[in-house]
Amino acid sequence: MKKKSRIIIAISGLLLLSAYFLPLWQIILEAPQYPEGLGLKIWLNNITGNVDQINGLNHYIGMKHIVVEDFIEFKIVPYVFTAIVLTAFLTATIGNKKLLWFLFILLMSFSVVGLVDFYLWEYDYGHNLDPKAAIKVPGMSYQPPLIGYKQLLNFLAGSFPDIGGVFISIAVILVGLTLFMERNIKSLTS
Amino acid sequence: MKMKFNCLWVAAGITVVTAMGFSGCKPGKVSQEADGDAAEKVYVAPGKYDELYMFASGGFSGQIAAYGLPSGRLLKVIPVFSQNPENGYGYSEETKPMLNTSHGFVPWDDTHHPQLSKTNGQDDGRWLFINGNNTPRIARINLATFKTEEIIELPNVGGNHASPFCTENTEYIVGNTRFSVPLDANSDVSIDSYKQNFKGAASFIKVDKDKGTMNLAFQLVIPGFNYDLARAGKGVSKDWIFFSTYNTEQANTMLEVNASQRDKDFVMAVNWRKAEQLIAQGKGKKVPARYAHNVWNEETHSATSTIKKDVLMLDVKDYPGIVYYIPCPKSPHGADVDPSGEYIVASGKLAAVIPVFSFKKMLKAIESKQFEDQGLETGIPVLKYAAVLEGEVEKPGLGPLHTEFDSEGYAYTSMFVSSEIVKWKLSTREIIDRIPTYYSIGHLSVPGGDNKKPYGKYVVALNKITKDRYLSTGPELTQSAQLIDITGNKMKLLLDFPTIGEPHYAQSIPAALVTKNQVKFFKLEDNYHPYVAKSEKDARVVRKGNRVDVYMTAIRSHLAPDNIEGIKLGDEVYFHLTNLEQDWDVPHGFAVKGANTAELLVMPGETATLKWVPDRVAMFPFYCTDFCSALHQEMSGYIRVSPKSSTLPISYKIGENPIAKK
Repeated sequence: MKKKSRIIIAISGLLLLSAYFLPLWQIILEAPQYPEGLGLKIWLNNITGNVDQINGLNHYIGMKHIVVEDFIEFKIVPYVFTAIVLTAFLTATIGNKKLLWFLFILLMSFSVVGLVDFYLWEYDYGHNLDPKAAIKVPGMSYQPPLIGYKQLLNFLAGSFPDIGGVFISIAVILVGLTLFMERNIKSLTS
Repeated sequence: MKMKFNCLWVAAGITVVTAMGFSGCKPGKVSQEADGDAAEKVYVAPGKYDELYMFASGGFSGQIAAYGLPSGRLLKVIPVFSQNPENGYGYSEETKPMLNTSHGFVPWDDTHHPQLSKTNGQDDGRWLFINGNNTPRIARINLATFKTEEIIELPNVGGNHASPFCTENTEYIVGNTRFSVPLDANSDVSIDSYKQNFKGAASFIKVDKDKGTMNLAFQLVIPGFNYDLARAGKGVSKDWIFFSTYNTEQANTMLEVNASQRDKDFVMAVNWRKAEQLIAQGKGKKVPARYAHNVWNEETHSATSTIKKDVLMLDVKDYPGIVYYIPCPKSPHGADVDPSGEYIVASGKLAAVIPVFSFKKMLKAIESKQFEDQGLETGIPVLKYAAVLEGEVEKPGLGPLHTEFDSEGYAYTSMFVSSEIVKWKLSTREIIDRIPTYYSIGHLSVPGGDNKKPYGKYVVALNKITKDRYLSTGPELTQSAQLIDITGNKMKLLLDFPTIGEPHYAQSIPAALVTKNQVKFFKLEDNYHPYVAKSEKDARVVRKGNRVDVYMTAIRSHLAPDNIEGIKLGDEVYFHLTNLEQDWDVPHGFAVKGANTAELLVMPGETATLKWVPDRVAMFPFYCTDFCSALHQEMSGYIRVSPKSSTLPISYKIGENPIAKK
């Protein structure tokens, strides 16, 4: 690997490292009574924001309470992510191209599995409603969008990557580009 | 014959012409029209905020009203000295002690003068003080929560009118007697012994710099006059406070006539710094007294009332140099200090001029002992009028009452009898402009008008009579406030709006100074109420003899417990309602049929208690009174009251609602 590539991978590693201190994803809810909006922030190991308010409102439609302890992901993900970050720095240090491939696959899998898992949770919360709920709208489910905006009764729900998520995305792109560059170098030199 | 006839015609002609002439000469009624662009200047678009808060006393309502300026919109009535069934103030167990006095529970008073706390002579937006005139008290409102946090009663005082004006850094707020009385320890005397036995007690209440808590530091024993109003000095005069007096005749009957005999009454100048030093040197005499001190605790959401047993008093005639009298024409009402602290403007309400006194000249007159004998046996030096006078405002109008100031060197004086505001220049005392008020203005208020740097821009007229100004409401009519633009040379009427009670005085403050400290809700984790239920798991009903405590919670949209049985006739039931919400603007109310009190209105994170003594065997519904949510109508329950002989044990439930389990 070229020195330049190794530096880029090191930068990717730092970007990934920042995800420990920054929220990855955000869900925003807006309604006439909540002009200031309600928000959830999803971190590597936690959910913060207006969790209690949102739980309080969701009980009308019979949605389950959001409880951090219910998510086994929050116990596993920090370790998985640590492994990824270590792999990134290891790749930058020894400059092994096979390791670079491994890192790329790791990152892609992490992103895909993460998004699928997020979608499944959203589906679960949006569809598995208490049959005794006070407000029942025939045919209505309350699954927030994976990404983008969606109107759910009086709430406009938005779902977007937060700053940590953006940094991870940049890191993935950087790793992908490095791989691409290294491939070109190889094809040129060999 | 013909001649006579002609004469008659001529006479008639003259009469007609004269009559026409007179009606032609009738002074034109000053236009009642508001200024052309008034609507634009007072319009605050939906969703936009007012520029200023105005706090006006509710007078005989006993409360304070907060308005927005320039819109005149009523934002909130803050309960202070009167019970307020709207939110349970003075009815709930927690708030009842706020209205305790040495006379027992006094659920009404007469509020007059709101006073914003000050730092360096500027309104700081932390607290608002107000006097209760009838049963002498001073209250402190916290402007972060708009709640009355403290009330202190004043002993030895009758009619706490010259109150609660504050010094430059809110070191002290004052109280003083409008109706001098014999001091409490020696009160069973003949009313005719007024001159010997009746005294004033100028009360200095120390305000804690950080917490705002009040403590009656000392009372100055002063002659038995009627003390009307006060203003503390600032800048050069910051160690002094000036009280207006009337009835220096010391009449005790038919004051209307007998208290208006002397040509001049006084402005009483008090060197409070000197008094404070004497007190610090232990010169004060500890005198037995009885007065209540009531304090609200935000952590327990409850008030406690303590009866204090003594007060430090200092008789000013024993300590020369604390008090001087400045003669002032005819029963002065206001004694107002200009932004620099150099001029004291006193308004003799029956006088033909407004005297402006100079603080520098006063100090000089004291130094050179320019005293005069006025035949009073008070032992207090009377300064020579001419020695202290800077000048007089000539022909200001009729019935001058109060003066406030802008930052451009102009003064504004209210004229009760001629019903107008007069604008005059402080340096030359020439009259610049006058504008009618509708009708009979009392106080007037310039935003920051008593500050070192007034905010200016407006003057608000606080009127006693409205008559034909609004749609009629029978014999009992509202009083009013009038917003007047003072940015130009000529004053312009902008708006005229009704008020609650009688707005004796008001003070206004830029909104940002208050909004930056606003509390949105109380944190449940910081709630140390002894009967709090912090979650539905804590909701329960506990019997102890005939006392039943219901630990109840409220969250959208149910009360827990909502079914209660086992209550017997003769029981005293205490509903302790905790609002479990932790968000802004989600109050829950609570009412139960037959309660002889009022409802509770409980803010998020707060606990409040309603005492309820059932009067019959019956099924009583209770419910949430504040439309809190989509299922508010469902937020109700039952309490069953059985005969005294019943052996039914206490039982309660929340109902089988799986959502409620969480």
